[in-house]
Amino acid sequence: MQMPVPDPRILSQKDALVGALRKVLPGDAVISDPAETRAYECDALTAYRCPPMIAVLPASTAEVSAVLRLCHLYGVPVVPRGSGTSLAGGALPTADCVILGVARMNKVLERNYPDRFIRVESGMTNLSVTGAVEEDGFFYAPDPSSQLACAIAGNIAMNSGGAHCLKYGVTTNNLLGVTMVMMDGDVVEIGGAHLDPGALDLLGLICGSEGQLGVVTEATLRILPKPEGARPVLIGFNSNEVAGACVRDIIEAGVLPVAIEFMDRPCIEATEAFAHAGYPDCEALLIVEVEGSDAEIDEQLAVITGIAQRHDPVAVRQSQSAEESGRIWLGRKSAFGAMGQINDYMCLDGTIPVSELPTVLRRMSDLSDEYGLKVANVFHAGDGNLHPLILFDANTDGQLDTCEAMGAEILKLCVEVGGCLTGEHGVGVEKRDLMTHQYAPADLEAQMAVKDVFDPAWLLNPAKVFPLDTSDARRA
Amino acid sequence: MLRPESEAELAEMIRAAHAPLAIRGGATRGLPLPGEALDTTGLHGIRLYEPGALTLVVGAGTPIKEIDTILAEKDQRMAFEPMDHRALMATQGEPTIGGVTAANISGPRRIQVGAARDHMLGVRFVTGTGDIVKNGGRVMKNVTGYDLVKLMAGSFGTLGVLSELSLKVQAIPEAEATLILRGQDMRTAVADLTRAMGTAFDVSGAAWLDASASDGGGERRIRVEGMAGSVAYRSERLADLLGADHVATGNQSAVLWQQVRDVTPFANRPGTVWKVSTRPSIAADFCGALTSRGIAHSVIADWSGGLLWLSLDAEADTQDAGAAAIRQELARYGGHATLIRANPDIRAKVATFQPQPPALERIAAGLREKFDPRQILNPGLMAPL
Ligand SMILES: Cc1cc2nc3c(=O)[nH]c(=O)nc-3n(C[C@H](O)[C@H](O)[C@H](O)COP(=O)(O)OP(=O)(O)OC[C@H]3O[C@@H](n4cnc5c(N)ncnc54)[C@H](O)[C@@H]3O)c2cc1C
Repeated sequence: MQMPVPDPRILSQKDALVGALRKVLPGDAVISDPAETRAYECDALTAYRCPPMIAVLPASTAEVSAVLRLCHLYGVPVVPRGSGTSLAGGALPTADCVILGVARMNKVLERNYPDRFIRVESGMTNLSVTGAVEEDGFFYAPDPSSQLACAIAGNIAMNSGGAHCLKYGVTTNNLLGVTMVMMDGDVVEIGGAHLDPGALDLLGLICGSEGQLGVVTEATLRILPKPEGARPVLIGFNSNEVAGACVRDIIEAGVLPVAIEFMDRPCIEATEAFAHAGYPDCEALLIVEVEGSDAEIDEQLAVITGIAQRHDPVAVRQSQSAEESGRIWLGRKSAFGAMGQINDYMCLDGTIPVSELPTVLRRMSDLSDEYGLKVANVFHAGDGNLHPLILFDANTDGQLDTCEAMGAEILKLCVEVGGCLTGEHGVGVEKRDLMTHQYAPADLEAQMAVKDVFDPAWLLNPAKVFPLDTSDARRA
Repeated sequence: MLRPESEAELAEMIRAAHAPLAIRGGATRGLPLPGEALDTTGLHGIRLYEPGALTLVVGAGTPIKEIDTILAEKDQRMAFEPMDHRALMATQGEPTIGGVTAANISGPRRIQVGAARDHMLGVRFVTGTGDIVKNGGRVMKNVTGYDLVKLMAGSFGTLGVLSELSLKVQAIPEAEATLILRGQDMRTAVADLTRAMGTAFDVSGAAWLDASASDGGGERRIRVEGMAGSVAYRSERLADLLGADHVATGNQSAVLWQQVRDVTPFANRPGTVWKVSTRPSIAADFCGALTSRGIAHSVIADWSGGLLWLSLDAEADTQDAGAAAIRQELARYGGHATLIRANPDIRAKVATFQPQPPALERIAAGLREKFDPRQILNPGLMAPL
């Protein structure tokens, strides 16, 4: 991965900047010893590492503002960081940057049930937001699998999704407002508890901008009343294609499940060996979950199993109890862990039109033969968001490169059939150089023009999202 | 008048323009737009419709009527219920999807499914410099690069002229029902509506019409939609909880929400109409504050759509039509007000959109400078020049 050459002018100012930062932050919030900055050298895309020059852990919007004002003055790049679970290298430092972590900002600021929102500091973890309103019968809908660890700040930056976004949408559909600090230290309030911007939708622009437009310190989030109950049905099929066709028919029929998850044979076998969920022996399976009262659940599951029956399923298991539901979800939830037990893997994240599912699955298996690496599939089928896992051995010379080359081919395939490079993980550094496959120069130029407005010197989160040669002139 | 028939022609016309263009679809919204009309209705047609993937790709000038018809053939619809402005604004013409999305027009189902912006999967547009740009695509989940789709939604043509949209559509549910309760005051009604929206019963409409907007005494409406058994169950539970004088189903229910969506009760009241975006729990206080400042008005609260519609009484409808007072109160309570209908005198005095804090206005101005440096796309509409 090519990264910009560290700027010697900036590196030579390290001591001066550390001194200045210590004047505006408590001592333990400024980390400059190389032994300690190493803790921030990567996110969950661990193949790429680079310790930052300095790391800071401000505890308030005012402190974030003071830090950014200084970095702006010194002309030092800043990489915002939540919990460091990005799978795209979104929080990868450069050697001459300041990592700005929001982990110390984790308070609930306001709960409002009549108007159904919660205001939090952005360092709060995703799960703890739901935790803060759960006892009162509410929840925060976007639920990335990393929800125990990942921060709202990272969710907003990546516009993260989750298993239940088929019904409830992703982060951008559940975000009402932010407090954000601009690179020059100015604090802006965007949106609020009301729904319409009444002006340009800057909130929609900031969500998914991968930390390149400003540092989000507080967020107003939509909360929803918890449904009365939820239950899944598990359906096994003889081929991927048939499972794909069943997904399409369920969607078209107009029942709106909260989740439709797909697993193929390699994935089923690995999770069986690992978690013993008791899945049927089949080529592909779907887990379809619906919500409501018991009677409402039965009504919806009857329609769904009716559709499934038309596709000759090898197994249909309709959950009747919390315990059965738990077992059905067990395998899906341990899928990534299970794959990790048997192999190194690379997790892709392209999205395709649901109608292209059979074609794409077939062509992926061709690519698998061609490159000699196995692919396992476990993904959100309802919205076409694929997570192919390419299995490889990091200790065998050249396999990581082969794996990356094959991954790029799969993502290009997603674009070719009308889809996109990333459905929820973000571009980061990982897909940066593939952007030209999805977007023409004018398309990228329009996006970079937005960055010019928010961060004219291009100091925030450098070398992400845009191919280096396209953004060179601006970063100079 | 300019009327491009293709995106390439649109780009050429914008490049060649030297003076302000007034961009319009069906021109049903009565916006104050000086300049030569740029009519988008020639950018017309269904480009792709995949019912099984719930996706539709259309030219920006395509009439809503045509989209509704083709979707209905497959028992589908645009779930965000865009308002038809013709009754309220006393305009003719056919609303287009470009107009709806450029203004991010959404109706009472917003609480359940989101706004127009939440159903826009991708856009193609032409900037003020004549560059053709695409963003997003036609898939349900997409975080590839910045989300210019959201930026274009609600930018009212000031950053670019939309040429094509891809949208997420929805299957029409089997059944719907509306619980009606009459004779409540605003405070009680709003408390009921917020309670309904806070239940697990997946309310898809919650509105209150005051005495002058309904047939006497004020009227509360709560809607549920879905499979037949589920609708019956949820409307019963809600009636147990909150009471109901009457339960309307099927078409009778649908008509009630068309009224809320289109604000038709205000079509027959002359004078200024404001659209206010704020949160429910402060509404009664906010309206009370207006009344005590001499701004007598009638209210339709489309709370599931996040909107408060105000129609001013004749004696209050003078000078700035309450603009300063309304916007001051909202600065205090949180929210903002957009001028929707007004006579030319008031239009000339009052900004259509509520002015923003300077820091945000600087960002907006910066974006306009990038996307429309020659200030030819609906200049002055979203902020004074
Ligand atoms: C096991 C596993 C499962 C996952 N499952 C999912 C899933 O189901 N769905 C999904 O969408 N993702 C998933 N992810 C990816 C990841 O968890 C998400 O992208 C998450 O939102 C990142 O949050 P974070 O706090 O860890 O952010 P970080 O990794 O710290 O940063 C992510 C990005 O946010 C920016 N950022 C951080 N803080 C701020 C701030 N205050 N202001 C502005 N920008 C900021 C960073 O610069 C970076 O670009 C998974 C990851 C793992 C490891």
